[in-house]
Amino acid sequence: MLFTPTVIKNLLKKPATRLYPFTVREPFPNYRGELYIDIDGCIFCGTCSRKCPSQCIEVDKNEGTWTCNPHACVYCGICRDSCPTKCLHMKDVHRKPMTERIMMVEKGEPPKPKKKAAAAEAPKAADKKAEPAKADDKKAEPATADKAKKK
Amino acid sequence: MATTVIPFGPQHPVLPEPVHLTLKVEDEIVKEAIPALGYVHRGLEKLADIRDYHQMIQVCERVCGICSMIHAVCYSQAIEELMGVEVPKRAQVLRVIWSELHRTHSHLLWLGLFADAFGFESLFMQFWKIRERIMDINEATTGSRVIVSVNVIGGVRADLSPEQIRWILSEVDIVEKEVRALQDTIMNDYTVKARTVGVGVLSKENAYLLGAAGPTLRGSGVAQDMRMLGYGGYSEIDFEPVVETSGDCWARSTVRFRETLQSMDLVRQAIAKLPEGELAAKVKGNPPEGEVYTRVEQPRGECVYYIKGNGTKHLDRLRIRTPTFANIPPLLAMLPGCELADVPVIVLSIDPCISCTER
Repeated sequence: MLFTPTVIKNLLKKPATRLYPFTVREPFPNYRGELYIDIDGCIFCGTCSRKCPSQCIEVDKNEGTWTCNPHACVYCGICRDSCPTKCLHMKDVHRKPMTERIMMVEKGEPPKPKKKAAAAEAPKAADKKAEPAKADDKKAEPATADKAKKK
Repeated sequence: MATTVIPFGPQHPVLPEPVHLTLKVEDEIVKEAIPALGYVHRGLEKLADIRDYHQMIQVCERVCGICSMIHAVCYSQAIEELMGVEVPKRAQVLRVIWSELHRTHSHLLWLGLFADAFGFESLFMQFWKIRERIMDINEATTGSRVIVSVNVIGGVRADLSPEQIRWILSEVDIVEKEVRALQDTIMNDYTVKARTVGVGVLSKENAYLLGAAGPTLRGSGVAQDMRMLGYGGYSEIDFEPVVETSGDCWARSTVRFRETLQSMDLVRQAIAKLPEGELAAKVKGNPPEGEVYTRVEQPRGECVYYIKGNGTKHLDRLRIRTPTFANIPPLLAMLPGCELADVPVIVLSIDPCISCTER
């Protein structure tokens, strides 16, 4: 009986929910949705890849590629905040469901090495890059498990 | 009388997460309950070996989705204590605001689930309708509904603008008004009382002896709340724990209901005392060798983090004791003597968060 006033109020009001696929709520401007990169602004420094908690980003300075596994991404926005050139952005809507796994691969123009150091540094940089790339592959697995957390 | 064994869980309509209880029943009366856990163990503590101490914040947030903010606060406080970082006042108070918003939405979620457990579906929908306003505040101010990810070591990485503060205050008023409209139903309704009063009684002595935490403990009359320690921004806020004395399911739900209203008040207090200033202190270097032990109050009770640093960017040890882990022995003490039909209500009355427990 104590619930009756609420029941009567609800009967007279419009539904509290929206007819979802037909009526979509305006997204909040700060929402951390789909991650994308403006590859022309990228200097391939690898900061995003090092800071990423789920280690879903790989940056290859020599090839000039930026690779992200959107299924492992946890949408924390740390890469976006730490990017020195602010070339990473997040849309204010979430990614649509997908039927197959994808990898986001963006190819850009790698920065030209400085003239003097170019010859000496190039082989070293290649060695350095090779190791973390391998390690990243292994670490990507537990991160996907984190994401499976519901509630 | 012959004893029958009835398995309860791991998949059960009332359980949002998998936990198994082996119930030994005689006639309709439960005589003994034996728990089995381990269905959702993810090994998050072990990740401290391969993720650096900054990245572990995002891992700790995922220990529990519902109180993600408070897990991150507890972890950050531990690292800050180990490294001797002074958190700016504004960041501390902002942490309080988001923590209390998390507590509110967690309690509203639980009140809904609890109503659902005794078959009051319209009350469940009513509570979840109110909760949506809090989720909107989280989404607009932090960028995500549940896993807010606003903590960093040394402070926070999001701020509240004056317009957002005005909007939060108006939303909080509406939430409080709407929650108060349901007070009579959840506390005094005849049907609700028939399912909750005198069910699953935990005495004050037993609650203390078995190490109950949070609303389970306070529902039994022990006024113990980690916010009384005044950690972080709570030192600036007037706070008194909510206590009920009857120790049954009704007391535990009433504690949570009153805490929801109290959290609204704490959000208002925190906003009134929000100082100007920096959002995060600069953190340099790695955590030194040493051990730290921090505790905070989560919606479900006292959460304890133990960390051990070794001078590198990886921690030697991260140990998390979550409140549901502490509340399982009291649950086993509540069950004997109850009717089989009351088991779902009693199990839900400790607000079980199994993913928290198994990490």
